[in-house]
Amino acid sequence: MFKILKKQVLTPEIKLMVIDAPRVARKAKAGQFVILRINDQGERIPLTIADFDPEKGTVTIIFQEVGKTTMMLGEMEAGDTILDFVGPLGKEMEEKNFGHVVCVGGGVGIAPTFPKARALKEAGNRVTSIIGARTASMLFWEDKMREVSDKLYVTTDDGSYGEKGFVTTVLERVLEQEKVDLVIAVGPVMMMKMTSLLTKKHGVPTLVSLNPIMVDGTGMCGCCRVSVNGQCKFTCVDGPIFDGHAVDFDELLSRQRIYLEEEKRALEKYLATRAKEEAHYAE
Amino acid sequence: MQNRLSGRPKMPQRPPKERIKDFEEVPLGLPEWAAVEEAKRCLQCKKPQCVQGCPVEIDIPGFLKLVAEGRFEDAIAKIKEKNSLPAICGRVCPQETQCEEKCVLGKKGQPIAIGYLERFVADYEREKGIRPPSAPSWNGHRVAVIGSGPAGLTCAGDLAKMGYQVTIFEALHAPGGVLVYGIPEFRLPKSIVAQEVDYVRSLGVEIELSCVVGKTLTIDDLREEGYEAFFIGTGAGLPYFLNIPGENLNGIYSANEFLTRTNLMKAYLFPEFDTPVKIGRRVAVIGGGNVAMDAARCALRLGAEEVCLVYRRTKKEMPARVEEVERAEEEGVNCIILTNPVRFIGNDNGWVTGIECIQMELGEPDESGRRRPVPIPGSEFVIPIDTVVVAIGQGPNPLLLETIKGLALNKKGYIAADPQTGATSLPGVFAGGDIVTGAATVISAMGAGKRAARSIDLYLKDPNKFPQWR
Repeated sequence: MFKILKKQVLTPEIKLMVIDAPRVARKAKAGQFVILRINDQGERIPLTIADFDPEKGTVTIIFQEVGKTTMMLGEMEAGDTILDFVGPLGKEMEEKNFGHVVCVGGGVGIAPTFPKARALKEAGNRVTSIIGARTASMLFWEDKMREVSDKLYVTTDDGSYGEKGFVTTVLERVLEQEKVDLVIAVGPVMMMKMTSLLTKKHGVPTLVSLNPIMVDGTGMCGCCRVSVNGQCKFTCVDGPIFDGHAVDFDELLSRQRIYLEEEKRALEKYLATRAKEEAHYAE
Repeated sequence: MQNRLSGRPKMPQRPPKERIKDFEEVPLGLPEWAAVEEAKRCLQCKKPQCVQGCPVEIDIPGFLKLVAEGRFEDAIAKIKEKNSLPAICGRVCPQETQCEEKCVLGKKGQPIAIGYLERFVADYEREKGIRPPSAPSWNGHRVAVIGSGPAGLTCAGDLAKMGYQVTIFEALHAPGGVLVYGIPEFRLPKSIVAQEVDYVRSLGVEIELSCVVGKTLTIDDLREEGYEAFFIGTGAGLPYFLNIPGENLNGIYSANEFLTRTNLMKAYLFPEFDTPVKIGRRVAVIGGGNVAMDAARCALRLGAEEVCLVYRRTKKEMPARVEEVERAEEEGVNCIILTNPVRFIGNDNGWVTGIECIQMELGEPDESGRRRPVPIPGSEFVIPIDTVVVAIGQGPNPLLLETIKGLALNKKGYIAADPQTGATSLPGVFAGGDIVTGAATVISAMGAGKRAARSIDLYLKDPNKFPQWR
């Protein structure tokens, strides 16, 4: 059992939790993820590690409520416990001095971008970060990202904060004006795809952190397979970080949608049950 | 009711039409009178061949004699001297190629139904309530076992009986390894696995779940925590794919994923349980082993209208147990033999819609001793399909192996370990089961766990017995 030590509502849909998980915290590195399960009937879901403190023995996760499990997790409070919290899984990011690195974080992907930017800054890189969200109220961790970046750009799709546009709008400008040695992009698959197409045009090496559907997360089930350079890779053990120019994003987009129907069904059932309970207590 | 047997008894089982509607167990176990009658057929050979066919060396004539006398509790105690998981072995061991194959009675007639009788006494004990054994006092040594499958559980259980303090580290959230994620409920009920695991716990073994050795902890960390010897029994958990075009289309599963979703995550109870599995109207399972049979039978129970097995040799060469093939066919699984997939065909939405196959014929025997399947040019045809399960075998999972410096592997990527002692290239590190041999049976993994336990005992009493590590 893993205790939630702290909960913070970053945006109405995006929540942060600090979990008491000393062993995971001791081994965690930027780029890795955990798999958690809330209860006995629950599914195993992967979440990227947003931060970790080996001394305090804590791991920070940030998640967006999109389905039943993330919604249930979002309803939990400090003091509650999570049944399983396995990790750190996946390969860590290479932490060396590449020169000038641009870290691109979109939506909830800003969270896992943070430890990467920090590690790269500590490794001596010049770090430019570009973070973006659909709208101002969905943006978080601007301050933390600023701390670990030499320069930070903020975009919103609707222009309600920062620059109006997509992260790629700014990235294109940066690529045209400056020499960039590496781009790291974390966010929705479509954003990572667009980023990779752009950087390919500019000939800049690009790393993306993939988030396919997973079950065990230890290379056993093969659910998270992804085509990289035409070869079959398992995201959980070979990744989650891959060369963005080699990933078949269209296949990934398609594979992410496998259970849309079931996810919808589970969520509707959950919301109906919750509404019933609420009505019951309201009486 | 007939109370006499005319030869070896048949195991009563639920009728196919009824059993494909649920995940309840299929074979029902022998009635008491039949078990006693059958045990009486044992000749009590002076030099019992059956014991030589048993990887965990159960005193088979000894326990059969006790069954014949109606002393069932003593019979189970006799089995448990050697085997901590009898209810499991009585269900999933391929006895026909092990103990029963060696039975002298089989030379002229039918061998004793040793497997049925093992299951009978194990079930008898479980119904009466398992007696917790008296735990021996701690001898001061700690041993870490990595993986809670059949090899790990056996190794841990045997070491605990010798007085060692053993901790099993398991990556998944439930103990049992392939027994819980791989073998379906209708062949091995999970409550039975849980009870056998509890028995191993009652011997003093601790099990740490959700701990991935190699990631959460390393062998070096465990050494620092005071563990002096290690047993790696992580199994062959890396699914093989065919590596043909279209294999990442939606609707194509590895057997591991399909069975893990179904068995461990209980997808057949979705949405009560949160993990789904997608089943189309027509399902094809590629392969001919026990895993393929399990997948095909699960697919039927999950609601598929048609399930076929696509196998490149003939039924004779199928590695699955005859009993399992029979049960699958009784339930309506259609075997398409001498057929090999060459590519998967998908629709615009990325979902699989068909398998292009080529017909095969059998040529000369290959290194496996079976006749090599050879494609017949120009014989390609398409099987329309909604769901595919690829069950062509597993390899060594590199996750742990990559993180242990200096651990020697063999040519195929499995751990190089002495087949007798389980000793690896690293001092104090032993290994056994599928991670050494490649995918095999539950009982052979248990045999390896047992031999390793014996070696670990030898090593911790006198490390000089292993001169290769000096």
